Amino acid sequence: MPPSQTSALAGVLQKDRAGVLQAWMQDQQAGSAARPDLMPASEVQDQASQLLDLLAAAVGSGEGRDGSSWQALRQFLASISTSRAAQGFSPVETAAFVLSVKQPLFTKLQQRAADPGQLPAELWAMTTLIDDLALQTTAVTLEARDRMIARQQEEMLELSTPVVKLWDGILALPMIGTLDSARTQVVMESLLQRIVQTGAEVAIIDITGVPTVDTLVAQHLIKTVTAARLMGADCIISGIRPQIAATIVHLGVDLTNVDTKATLADAFRLALRRTGHALGKSNGSERA
Amino acid sequence: MPVQRSDALPIRNASDVVAVRQLVRTRAQEAGFNLVDQTRIVTAASELARNTLDYGGGGRATVQVLTETGRTGLRMLFEDEGPGIPDIELALRDGYTTGHGLGLGLGGARRLMNDLRIESQPGKGTRVDTVRWR
Repeated sequence: MPPSQTSALAGVLQKDRAGVLQAWMQDQQAGSAARPDLMPASEVQDQASQLLDLLAAAVGSGEGRDGSSWQALRQFLASISTSRAAQGFSPVETAAFVLSVKQPLFTKLQQRAADPGQLPAELWAMTTLIDDLALQTTAVTLEARDRMIARQQEEMLELSTPVVKLWDGILALPMIGTLDSARTQVVMESLLQRIVQTGAEVAIIDITGVPTVDTLVAQHLIKTVTAARLMGADCIISGIRPQIAATIVHLGVDLTNVDTKATLADAFRLALRRTGHALGKSNGSERA
Repeated sequence: MPVQRSDALPIRNASDVVAVRQLVRTRAQEAGFNLVDQTRIVTAASELARNTLDYGGGGRATVQVLTETGRTGLRMLFEDEGPGIPDIELALRDGYTTGHGLGLGLGGARRLMNDLRIESQPGKGTRVDTVRWR
């Protein structure tokens, strides 16, 4: 950007800083960007004042966009968009906060215009600059959100495979959600690994939390059961709800070689019997 | 058959298959299907959408709610521009697959729905049109 076009802006930021800040805050309070429920007006004013200082320094420095004063401005924008996102502002509200400085700057540039012929170029330079800054706040918010989504996906991959020990020699794998192939692979491997580690004789796969059992899911289950059997462990599939049972029959999937139970409790009882344990009620008097 | 509502979704990857299932479940619930029927329709949608993705190389799904003298139906249309199915009778046979699946998807979907029609031209693509009435 040629310095001649932003020199007027630099002048305004230097001489009319107080006026711009005041008008900006008034617009803020009147406009839709104000969220007194999320941030007190004093804090908004604080951010606005710092932003104006950094903007004045950057515009007045005469440096290119890679200069240290511009970097300081960008860092500040990143920090306010992160903190505002944490406080509950939407990306639109944060961008609107930055964009709303345009009106006061516009007015002041108009008042101070020495050469009316230059005014359009000066206004245009100011507008593109502020747009750029507002876009940066949005970019920072989006980046933060992308990182969060990536982290959650990783967490979900781990969350989806909690192999739990129910009893000596009895493992349970409560499956939840969509069994797409990538996740099911992880689930299958972690179950087989735990069977080796614990020397379990029975593994219960509970599908209560799986909304749809189609042929692909059924195939994954059959493969897991077969692999576990090769390692010397019996598998019981539990959590077969009536509608799932009906669907499996219509699909023609053959689960007759697999032990299945309606509930995890039934499967656990069967597993205890298989491992030679007996369940009994104690006398009431022995209870604490 | 008056169409009450029609939605189309692309099928390009595995998460699109999930989206199709969710849309079908929502529409089946709205159309008043009971839980068993909802599960049947969603499972059929899952099979057919995955076929569109795995064998048709992707395509689109159209989900419609139909009303006809006193009855409501859910229609699903799966279209792709893939290699097509050379022998439809063979493809419908249980246990037959050209991939690595169980070979039950297409035949299973036909049993889960009331009416299932397949039109396919080798080299041009496949269109599976299926309805279940309440």
